[in-house]
Amino acid sequence: MNIVETHELTKRYGDLAAVDHVSLTVRRGEVYGFLGPNGAGKTTTLRMLLGLVRATSGRATVLGQPPGAPTGLARIGALVEGPGFYPYLSGRANLRVLARYGRHDDVAVEAALELVDLTDRASDRYKSYSLGMKQRLGVAAALLGQPDLLILDEPTNGLDPAGMADMRDLIRTLADHGQTVLLSSHLLGEVQQICDRVGVISAGRLLTESTVAELRGEASLLIRADPLPAARSVAERIVGSAQVSTVDGMLRLATGGERAAELTRALVLADVAVLEVRPEERTLEDAFFEMTHEGATS
Amino acid sequence: MIASLRAELMRLGRWPTTWVLGGTWLLLNLTFGYVFNYLSYRSADGTTVGPPTGATKQILLQEMMPANAPVTLVQGLPMFGGALVLILGAVAVGSGYGWGTWKTVFTTGPRRITGMGGTLGALGVILVGLVAATFVLDLAASYTVAAVESQSVTWPGFVDSVQGLGAALLICGMWLAAGVLLGTLTRGPALAVGLGLVWSLVVENLLRGVANMLGPLEAVTDVLPGTAAGSLAGALGALTQGDPNGTPGVTTTITGTAAVALLGAYLIAFLVASLTLTARRDVTS
Repeated sequence: MNIVETHELTKRYGDLAAVDHVSLTVRRGEVYGFLGPNGAGKTTTLRMLLGLVRATSGRATVLGQPPGAPTGLARIGALVEGPGFYPYLSGRANLRVLARYGRHDDVAVEAALELVDLTDRASDRYKSYSLGMKQRLGVAAALLGQPDLLILDEPTNGLDPAGMADMRDLIRTLADHGQTVLLSSHLLGEVQQICDRVGVISAGRLLTESTVAELRGEASLLIRADPLPAARSVAERIVGSAQVSTVDGMLRLATGGERAAELTRALVLADVAVLEVRPEERTLEDAFFEMTHEGATS
Repeated sequence: MIASLRAELMRLGRWPTTWVLGGTWLLLNLTFGYVFNYLSYRSADGTTVGPPTGATKQILLQEMMPANAPVTLVQGLPMFGGALVLILGAVAVGSGYGWGTWKTVFTTGPRRITGMGGTLGALGVILVGLVAATFVLDLAASYTVAAVESQSVTWPGFVDSVQGLGAALLICGMWLAAGVLLGTLTRGPALAVGLGLVWSLVVENLLRGVANMLGPLEAVTDVLPGTAAGSLAGALGALTQGDPNGTPGVTTTITGTAAVALLGAYLIAFLVASLTLTARRDVTS
């Protein structure tokens, strides 16, 4: 069973389609990255999945329940569009209030504080927290009671580099322990590091849904050599002419780094000076910009 | 509902605003119900300005006796006490939209109506505590006055006490619910408090003034929330606004029974509207 399924989910504000016929699936135990530029419809989609916002049309199920159903929400931990806490209460007291709402005990509160490394400052008032600490408390609230599904909207917002790395590790650990994570982000490097699959949304429409590897496409090999025509004929003989192109005075071969030694040897034997051989991997960022640009212009 | 009530009692109980508003009301009640009256009463000895006549002096003393505590309890509620609990209702609900805590609560598990019900229940508990504390304070203050002035102490009757406490809860409950509705409608504390205070302290009085010149308008002003609250206090014996020792907001425009019915109707209407709106609207902040 998929943990999250949406079918043609749509939210309109007047003539504006904030979310436009989005159909996505999140599988059990995976970290699913929901990617998109600002205003693409990520947060609105997450709000619909949590029942905070009603869909104009389409349908969705979360943990087999309609969005917002108490039995479903009891198994979901969420942090959507920034943390929302009582400023006059301490971090610990805030979590205790939420623990009472969710019928968790105070042991769960301490465990959640420990996970986000906030135990030392848990007695301080929330309003005295830095942006990063507020964000970590928001994640702690989402972790209360070890929910089956975590929905995290930009979870590393406001965190310093060390905090971001810790958060990535935490999310991966949670997934390794069987929790499913649906996170939205515009930090592509972060998504590339921790997500199993991604959905790319732009202008309210889901452009693609695939694994990170599929989205990045095949790796290629760049060769700088002299003379270039001789090098090209050698390369075409080995990997096929369709796999070779010339880019900025270099050869780009649609093949992985595993053929680098064979190609280098052949070039040297053909009396070609090999100046540089390196693998080139398309980053998620390249794929993302390509897609969102196409999405915007189509 | 019990889980939501426990959660809300915890967070409202630790909120300084709750204690500031409650403390302010207790202080106002004591000051206007006893301190100023006692100073005025003692002014006949030449210790303060504006000595009362012999007749009003006797009335002042009777107002401060323990038997009159149920009336003292309700006399300040139609306008001032009501305004303070209206603020409490407005900020308790409205602030949640600014802080984003409604969003957090509504994704924690309970149905929206249950979460909001927890807030209303906790506010109700606070209100009962506040009314009870006010009554105890009034009894203590009146006993002190009686002892200082060597008056015989006659405690209020059971029926009078129950009527006073019930009326106080109904008046405050109505204004509290009005605040909750305003906080829900405006999704914030500032506008809700502003509108509520302007209505309860200014607009109703202005409308009543205009109604004296425009007869048909009287039918409307007679059923306004403030009129109903003031009429219930008046029906229990509180001196009306026009009386030399009267309290602003107290009136005898409609009967006590009609006032109870009207206040109950307002209370239910405000709560139902708040719950319905909370359950149905999109939560975007």
